[in-house]
Amino acid sequence: MSQFIDKRLNGKNKSAVNRQRFIRRFKQQIKEAVSEAIQKRSIKDIESGERIIIPRRDIDEPKIHHGAGGRREFVLPGNQEFLKGDKLHRPSSGASGSGDSEASDTGEGSDDFSFYITKEEFLSIFFDDLELPDLIKTKLTEIPMMETIQGGFSKVGTPPNLNILRTFRNAIARRLTFKRNYDKKIDELEQSKNLQETETSSTKLKKSNLIDKQIRELKKKKKQVPFIDSFDLRFNTHLQRPKLTTQAVMFCIMDVSGSMDEQKKELAKRFFILLYLFLNRNYKTIRIVFVRHHTAAKEVDEQEFFYSRETGGTVVSSALELVHKIMTERFPSADWNIYIAQASDGDNWNADSPLCGEILNDKILPFIQYYAYVEIMPRHHQSLWKTYLTLQEHHKNFSMRSIDNIKDIYPVLHDLFRRKDK
Amino acid sequence: MKRKKLPSGSEWSFSTLKHYEREIARVAASFGLDTYPNQLEIINAEQMMDNYATIGMPLGYYHWSFGKQYINVEKSYKRGLMGLAYEMVINSNPCISYLLEENTLVMQATVIAHACYGHNAFFKGNYLFTTWTNPESIIDYLVFSRNFIAECEERYGIDEVEMLLDACHALSNYGVDRYKRPQALSLQEEKARQKMRETYLQAQVNDLWRTIPHTHKPQKKIKPELAPFPKEPEENLLYFIEKNAPLLEPWQREIIRIVRKIACYFYPQRLTKLMNEGWATFWHYTLINALYDEKLLTDEFMLEFIENHTSVIQQNEFYDKHYNGLNPYALGYAIFADIRRMCENPTNEDKEWFPDLVGQPWEKALDFAMRNFKDDSFIAQYLSPHIIRKLKLFAILDDPTNTELVVSAIHDEQGYRKIRELLSNQYNLSLTEPNIQVYNVDMRGDRSLTLRHVQQDGKPLSDDTTEVLKHLHYLWGFDVKLESITPSGTFVCAYNCPEKELAVLELK
Repeated sequence: MSQFIDKRLNGKNKSAVNRQRFIRRFKQQIKEAVSEAIQKRSIKDIESGERIIIPRRDIDEPKIHHGAGGRREFVLPGNQEFLKGDKLHRPSSGASGSGDSEASDTGEGSDDFSFYITKEEFLSIFFDDLELPDLIKTKLTEIPMMETIQGGFSKVGTPPNLNILRTFRNAIARRLTFKRNYDKKIDELEQSKNLQETETSSTKLKKSNLIDKQIRELKKKKKQVPFIDSFDLRFNTHLQRPKLTTQAVMFCIMDVSGSMDEQKKELAKRFFILLYLFLNRNYKTIRIVFVRHHTAAKEVDEQEFFYSRETGGTVVSSALELVHKIMTERFPSADWNIYIAQASDGDNWNADSPLCGEILNDKILPFIQYYAYVEIMPRHHQSLWKTYLTLQEHHKNFSMRSIDNIKDIYPVLHDLFRRKDK
Repeated sequence: MKRKKLPSGSEWSFSTLKHYEREIARVAASFGLDTYPNQLEIINAEQMMDNYATIGMPLGYYHWSFGKQYINVEKSYKRGLMGLAYEMVINSNPCISYLLEENTLVMQATVIAHACYGHNAFFKGNYLFTTWTNPESIIDYLVFSRNFIAECEERYGIDEVEMLLDACHALSNYGVDRYKRPQALSLQEEKARQKMRETYLQAQVNDLWRTIPHTHKPQKKIKPELAPFPKEPEENLLYFIEKNAPLLEPWQREIIRIVRKIACYFYPQRLTKLMNEGWATFWHYTLINALYDEKLLTDEFMLEFIENHTSVIQQNEFYDKHYNGLNPYALGYAIFADIRRMCENPTNEDKEWFPDLVGQPWEKALDFAMRNFKDDSFIAQYLSPHIIRKLKLFAILDDPTNTELVVSAIHDEQGYRKIRELLSNQYNLSLTEPNIQVYNVDMRGDRSLTLRHVQQDGKPLSDDTTEVLKHLHYLWGFDVKLESITPSGTFVCAYNCPEKELAVLELK
């Protein structure tokens, strides 16, 4: 009668959808908490979950029930010394009968509902409405991305790929044709048997015996036509086909000169880390090139870009030249969507700024999708800022913002990469 | 015949569980327990938390509140604030019990006796469950409701459906016909009838709100203002809304119906918490002891079992800092065990108080008690002076007109009946939940809906009420008003949604 079922290996996330619904409903609150959290975090653990607090009143599900007040009489266990008619002072807590309402002094007592979101949820909320502008390029070229497609049917293959429908269709067709052949012959023989009526009886008997024998044999053969035969089998085949995708490259340019003090570097790094996380999360096929510069520029890897230190003077054009060089050598603009993000404190060797403007104007901006410049400097913009301002006027794909402190990073990132509804 | 002892140790395996289950089934049958077939599912902690979130429904429609519930449970469990239940059992046929994989062998055996034979027999026998629920079709109905709601979400958007469900959940305690027997339906019938209802209902509602005058002369039987609607006050708010709210779409009515039906399915559980747990606890104790008496269990097994059992029926006293109300397991178990005691070893007092029980076969007496009562009537019928003394029950009167609380009864000769009555009231849903009914709809005027709340003992409604009214207003589509009156009919206060400004009220 009774039946045991081991369900432990079944999916355990029956409530996953309900959880998503919950997060969906409180997205606004969660978003605020997330953007606040990002400011407090150190660079290393920027990519982890987060505790979210939502005010209790937003989350309550109201139900009708009795409020405090009115005449109540209730039963409690564990009488020790009371006699009927004894009078007791009201508990001073103000809250009414301690009868069935659970005392609040043992509970958490907090008015807020707090819970943890996972790293994935954190990032997806964080980057919710960001995107790279104008990811339309130019030429669809192959990035080594293969997709599996149906590749028709073959006569050989492994049993899991057996296409039952086709196999049976073949089997039926084969059975029909083979049997039809025998049927035809049998019919012919029977007809000839009937035609022999006119002949003499002895030869007739002899012949008809012969014919009967033939018919029997044919019938036997007909029965032997197999239900399914190895050449009926058809298998699904799959082909690997290179998938055409647009390719994009993001240049990250960071100033690491002496004028960038630790605090500014930290800000710049944060900006790039967020950008990097955003790119990695949303664009699986994007290439990222890290360029850091002081008086000379250098292409580095991710580790070095974020975590090693350097000092020196500042020549921004060195970085721009390097970018241009890399662009022309490795990322021809006909084939690539190119994005550039630059962070600096605006400090530049004065004579260099016009040169920067020139390089950008002639060699870079005409060929790229988007250029975002972030200056980490509250006031006193220097020559670089001024040069860039004129660029902004003439190029739609160039935008710039200045960051004051850590709080600005998220809004600026948001601003620069806001999803543009078409 | 000497039987071999059952396997012991703390680790269980499927073969040992089956062995135990067979033996427990045998003993249960010998006591005459009548149960649905059992389906025992072993699950892990996460799955148990999933089940918590959907209030034990093995599957259900999606809603954020279940997500919130899950997050809550998960949080307290991970921080070690809360242990998970050892089992969960679904009132269905076959009766599904979930056993937590972390349980020891002793625990699993206890849980099998408790859920698969205790609760299961209760589900099959108690009159509330047999009249209010359809264990054969509940799973089918849940499947239907989940698919239907998912379809609505696709068609009308998640937000729209969510708002509707929020509103229905707020009123779900008022979605039950307390005195009418609901009909049994299978999945196919349900589907077919859903289509019919859709067209029929809309026609009904349209007719109710017909504003174009009839072409032929209206019959002049009664003046319209003399025919109130509804004719009788209606306690089932969700039912009333489903059938009469003017602006709802058919799919919205169907979703209201789904919430109503599910509330109806859980209604008996809310009415029999004490009895159900008491009954199951009594039987796990009795069944395991019967196996021990047959010398099938080792002493180690029994020691662990008794320790578990004792902590289940632990009743903290009111001054204890862990006091959390009366423990339904403890009180329920005490009363059932007491019925058995009175049948077998009655005292003179019992002969005076319970002459019907004395000398009866206890299995029969217990079976009768299980079948025919709910928590409040069960206490009113069976709470004996013996239990009152054992638990040292006493009553406190909190009357706002007095400055002090008064001890109104204690466990003595004069107090027994009073305590029994008060405790029975404490479990009476129609007293613990505010009495609210649909009173009137202004058919000829602004279509406003008026509800009436009859106060009991001057207890006001909680602050949540205004929020709930907003939900009701969303469903009804026109003004909603809730009046509180005293039992004698004196007006106390009114809640309006949308909130009326005083000036407007004075004008009227």
